[in-house]
Amino acid sequence: MTSDVLLQGINLTRRWGGLVAVNNVSISLKRGQVHGVIGTNGAGKSTLINLLSGEFPPSSGQVELLGQDVSQWAQSRRARSGLGRSYQRNTIYPSFTVLENCRLSAQAQHQQAWAFWRNADTDATTCRIAQDVAVRVGLGDALARQAGFLSHGQKRQLEIAMCLATAPKVLLLDEPLAGMGAEETERMLTLLQELKQDHAILLVEHDMDAVFRIADLITVMVNGVVIASGTPNEVRNNPEVRTAYLGDH
Amino acid sequence: MEFATFLIQCLNALQYGLLLFLVASGLTLIFGIMGVINLAHGSFYMIGAYMAYALAPAVSTIFGGEFFSTLAVGLVLSVILGYVLEWAFFSYLYEREHLQQVLMTYGLILVFEELRSILVGDDVHGVTVPEWLNGALMLNEVMTYPVYRLFMSGVCLLLAAGMWFVFTRTRLGMMIRAGTSNREMVQSLGIDITLLYRIVFAMGVALAVFAGMIAAPVSSVYPGMGNSVLIICFVVVVIGGIGSIKGALLAALLIGLVDTFGKVLLPQAAGVLVYVLMALILLWRPNGLFKD
Amino acid sequence: MRHPTTFALVFFGLLALLPFVAGSYAVDLVAKIMIYALLALSLELLVGSTGLVCFGQAAFFGIGAYAAVLLSPTDGSTPSLWLSLLSAIVLAAVYALAVGALSLRTQGVYFIMVTLAFSQMAYYVVHDTPLGGGTDGIYLYVKPAWGWLDLDKSEHMYGFIWLSLLVGFLFLSQMLRAPFGRALSGIRVNEQRMKATGFSVYPYKLAAFTLSGAMSGWAGYLFAIKDGFVNPELLSWHLSGSVLVMIILGGLGHMRGALLGAFAFALLQELFRAEAVFGSYAKHWHLSLGLAIIACVAFMPHGLVALPAQLRERLSGRGNRKASVKTSEEQA
Repeated sequence: MTSDVLLQGINLTRRWGGLVAVNNVSISLKRGQVHGVIGTNGAGKSTLINLLSGEFPPSSGQVELLGQDVSQWAQSRRARSGLGRSYQRNTIYPSFTVLENCRLSAQAQHQQAWAFWRNADTDATTCRIAQDVAVRVGLGDALARQAGFLSHGQKRQLEIAMCLATAPKVLLLDEPLAGMGAEETERMLTLLQELKQDHAILLVEHDMDAVFRIADLITVMVNGVVIASGTPNEVRNNPEVRTAYLGDH
Repeated sequence: MEFATFLIQCLNALQYGLLLFLVASGLTLIFGIMGVINLAHGSFYMIGAYMAYALAPAVSTIFGGEFFSTLAVGLVLSVILGYVLEWAFFSYLYEREHLQQVLMTYGLILVFEELRSILVGDDVHGVTVPEWLNGALMLNEVMTYPVYRLFMSGVCLLLAAGMWFVFTRTRLGMMIRAGTSNREMVQSLGIDITLLYRIVFAMGVALAVFAGMIAAPVSSVYPGMGNSVLIICFVVVVIGGIGSIKGALLAALLIGLVDTFGKVLLPQAAGVLVYVLMALILLWRPNGLFKD
Repeated sequence: MRHPTTFALVFFGLLALLPFVAGSYAVDLVAKIMIYALLALSLELLVGSTGLVCFGQAAFFGIGAYAAVLLSPTDGSTPSLWLSLLSAIVLAAVYALAVGALSLRTQGVYFIMVTLAFSQMAYYVVHDTPLGGGTDGIYLYVKPAWGWLDLDKSEHMYGFIWLSLLVGFLFLSQMLRAPFGRALSGIRVNEQRMKATGFSVYPYKLAAFTLSGAMSGWAGYLFAIKDGFVNPELLSWHLSGSVLVMIILGGLGHMRGALLGAFAFALLQELFRAEAVFGSYAKHWHLSLGLAIIACVAFMPHGLVALPAQLRERLSGRGNRKASVKTSEEQA
């Protein structure tokens, strides 16, 4: 298994006025690995993911994607270069069908904006990709349904499918298991195991069992600072982590 | 340019800017706190001016005195108007999309304009000011400056100071500022948000109406006055930043300067200069000078 | 729901037949409405398809109209139709590109206010400077011509306007089916996801804005050559407001909504102005119109296009009594 570093955050800091949301955080994502990020609320996990995906630039530090410095790149440019991201809150197109949700996402890599005469619905490339990713996440039977009417779990699956539609090399997943029941969580974890093989995955999650099961590396953040980083066992036994999660013991 | 002329233009710019601020602050307040874009805001200004004209005879018969009594009566009426309008109409706009708000308030403009036309007619009118305000201040041997315009600036400054005081030093102001940042939180703290909105809206209306009333003697009272002021107010809000009273003041003064000196130095382009200013500021700060 | 193709066939078919069955007043009125319908289509592209609420459409309309007059040759010769139409469209598109480049840096309410402001700017240029001929307006002395097309004849003019509307409708309908149109819809429904997926949304919006401006310029050009007269009121924000009313009256998100809305709005105006119905209050028709606009937005926010479905729901007792306040079907 190759272990290229596909995405790196190097000494990332983000300030909002007087508040330091992310303080000198470094993180590395390798192909074939799931890197979990856990932390208490307000730890800066979302800000970190936003810095990596490009929603806003860092106050200092760099982001390197596939060896290139993309710190000043806009989000859409990073996405085109192989960075996929899912959101904590469903960021789908509720009034479109499941198929169209995936197809439009696939279109990002095949934009053809000038081809006014083409019908998007019959475009072989994007439709095929859309079907493939929908089936892969388990929504093959729901292609014609309006996305807004899906169950919560299905919407989370759709969220992942839309990420995959652009064939990214890096996946930034922000709490994909949020609000899911046991069965749906299992399905999602199986999917993530599968995806792990070809991608570098960042997984921000609150579900501890899930993270410790699936992650190869875990980074723990508290108040914008990394307090521990290592294998699940190392993190589990780290005294600082125990203090942060269990209080003064 | 002679110093006296320069001074006169500066005073004019100040007076125009402060008046604009009065109207625009109501607009930005209503948008900043309730999230409603109100195209009919200019109509309140127009209503104020027409009230100054139309109420004067009635007021002088009932209360005696003319100008100041009319102002007082007009102010009271405008608060009532604002209160009723919010209850009957604007409270339904809060949850709606901006496009719907735009169109419904656009319809309201048409309604106000026609009601005015039916009730008071379409003629242009003048409003007279009391004798003691009608004088002129000597600037040098030849040039004078109307006392009334100084009075206008003074009143606007007073109101601006009053607003600052209310917002920063009173409980009401605190609630208003909290409401701008987080409506649900304010509600869950037990503050009656419905009442708060009604008060804020009435304040916004009163500001615009009052501005119209004191502007009437200078600008005269004519049908299209609401619309022209509205669009300039939009420019003030865009330049100053939505929801920011500070921004509205700075932007209004800036526009006052550009417009006044523009009319003198480049009369042909005068109408356009304000928009050029807006374009330049947008290039630099798409969210206005003070983003809220 | 009526099938869009059936609608188009019926709509354009009826309009094509009109000159053969109606008198010159009706033909002239419908020709004018068709011009407004083209203008409405251009705004529907922005508001209904891309989700950009623009309150400055009149500027592009007016520029197209003024271009028709100002670019006509001074020696009294007949201008070439295609050349003058093209110049009008290009000029309107250039202004749209400039305004769009600046305005699209803003969002939401700012965007509405900024587009209104830039439209006013154009109005003042035309109103105050000698360029625009001032409040009196300018006359077009020689109508353009091409081949056997003689626009002095009202049937030819009607036909040309009808053709323009048809071309505009077909073009936009196809464009919305194309990848570009889908991207615009995506931007409307969830711009954040579009960006996260890899679309640079600013160029798409700017392209839509410019295209919309070009189409409005086309409509303005038609207006100028039909009436032979332009004045600054063509750039007034009342027109911008009216076009917005048209598309929401017809129904946002549908090209046929723009067409229906233009006709419905024009007919409403005629109704309110009719002394036969309103007597001496007819001259205060703005009041009825204002109230109608408020009522329409409040109770029929999805417009005429959605009316059959809305009525069906009401009659069968299903559905909320309160009309949906969001015009997009967000349910996530």
